[in-house]
Amino acid sequence: MEVFLQTLVAGVLKGGLYALIGIGMTLIMGVMGIINLAHGQFMMVAMYVTYTLFHFLGIDPYFTLLISMPSLFVLGILIQKYLLNPLMKVDSILPENQVLMTVGIAMVLTEIARFIFSSNYLSVKTSYSSSAFYVGGISFSVALTIAFGIALLLTFGLFWFLIKTDLGRSIRAVSQDGEAAELMGVDSEKIKMITMGIGAALVAAAGTLLLPIYYLFPDIGGPFTRKAFVITILGGLGSTVGAIFGGVTLGLAESFGATYIGMDFEDMVGLVIFLLVLLFIPGGFRRLTKV
Amino acid sequence: MLKVQSLNVSYGDLQILWDVSFEVKEGEIVVLLGGNGAGKSTSLKTISSLVKPMSGTVEFLGVKLNEVPSHKVIDYGLAHVPEGRRLFPDMSVEENLILGSLTSKARAKRKETLEWLYEMFPRLKERQKQPAGTLSGGEQQMAAIARGLMSLPKLVMFDEPSLGLAPIMVSEIFKIVEKVNQQGATVLLVEQNVHHTLAMCDRAYVLENGRIVLSGTGEEFLNNDHIKEAYLGI
Repeated sequence: MEVFLQTLVAGVLKGGLYALIGIGMTLIMGVMGIINLAHGQFMMVAMYVTYTLFHFLGIDPYFTLLISMPSLFVLGILIQKYLLNPLMKVDSILPENQVLMTVGIAMVLTEIARFIFSSNYLSVKTSYSSSAFYVGGISFSVALTIAFGIALLLTFGLFWFLIKTDLGRSIRAVSQDGEAAELMGVDSEKIKMITMGIGAALVAAAGTLLLPIYYLFPDIGGPFTRKAFVITILGGLGSTVGAIFGGVTLGLAESFGATYIGMDFEDMVGLVIFLLVLLFIPGGFRRLTKV
Repeated sequence: MLKVQSLNVSYGDLQILWDVSFEVKEGEIVVLLGGNGAGKSTSLKTISSLVKPMSGTVEFLGVKLNEVPSHKVIDYGLAHVPEGRRLFPDMSVEENLILGSLTSKARAKRKETLEWLYEMFPRLKERQKQPAGTLSGGEQQMAAIARGLMSLPKLVMFDEPSLGLAPIMVSEIFKIVEKVNQQGATVLLVEQNVHHTLAMCDRAYVLENGRIVLSGTGEEFLNNDHIKEAYLGI
């Protein structure tokens, strides 16, 4: 029973971070109508930002959120403005080709990271990296719990922003009907830039929060792009609430897989769940929650 | 107020509008009649700058709208209630209305405008928290009109507001259009429903195959043989 609870806790905590990764991709999916296949690579860039700040300036990883998130926000905006938006202006280019562009962006980011930092594994070791506290015999990793708390805060903040502010409403309007939004006075190109920025900033937060308990190398983006993709599909494309469910499901699946089947099967269990969802509830969790 | 001059518009190689010119004066209700594919919606989309013309100009209160990006058009006081209503289906009625008041002028008066519109459309007030996609066709059209009015426009363009509605709802929608006009907004109405519109309009234009073929007052039109034959079926 204790092992079960322990696995559950670990899975939910990890799921909170996965949700953060998935929500960013889902927002981008909703507004732009494309899967951003550079999502994990955005996270990798944020992790290197955090690593650099920690290693050379000794800034605590959690404080680097204040730098990694804005820098990725700007990177997202620049990529949307100069690389993705121009593709939409050419009639002969299918909108889907933006997806190919994101693959290219992913490769370039990875190779730039390799060029600067080489392929070595890096990590950020802090005093709390491996410490834990216990509640009723179940251990909570300090770093993961803090990460979960910040992820929760960011998620609530994002929902408040999307529901209560004019800019947030405009983002949702563009994702539901871009042309009608233009008629209301919404500059959809600007909204797309901001959305890409927010998506990149959210995944940057996930990367920064993950770094104290993880390791870092240039190719780490790929697996996380795949995870983000799985979460987005699990949640039902374009549903932000669904993405939270998708993130927690993937976290739980990986955690239970690692405990009860074996560490090596962690990723496999996640993908098996993914296939099962595709087979049996093809609309993802959105079909169940209707949000 | 609105002056459209020799518009030529095409989608790719297919030319939709040929040398289209018309005018809307302040306070009028002007109707643009025409069958399916005549270029009515394209005309409105060109005025809203969603479609850029190959040649010709759209002038609204002295501003050349064809040189303005589409999201800026509403700033000049021109609202477009699009064909098929185009509400944001997953958002509540109230959120849809709020999105109609994004311009700085309209935002400042958002609360009063909302109250005024809820008074005008009590049905929308009942349904304010409901997702717009779950409303009936007539209610959706009301919501779309209300959303357009939220920007406090000087001119409102309605694109086939009666489309797909029950006859009783059609009369109600046209009453609303007249009311909007009486309350001070100029109206440009695109319609296939000739009976209703000719009776209420000041002037009308007929669009056929992308060309303006007739223009005149509503009364002249009701007595015109071509109109009788082609649109009234008499």
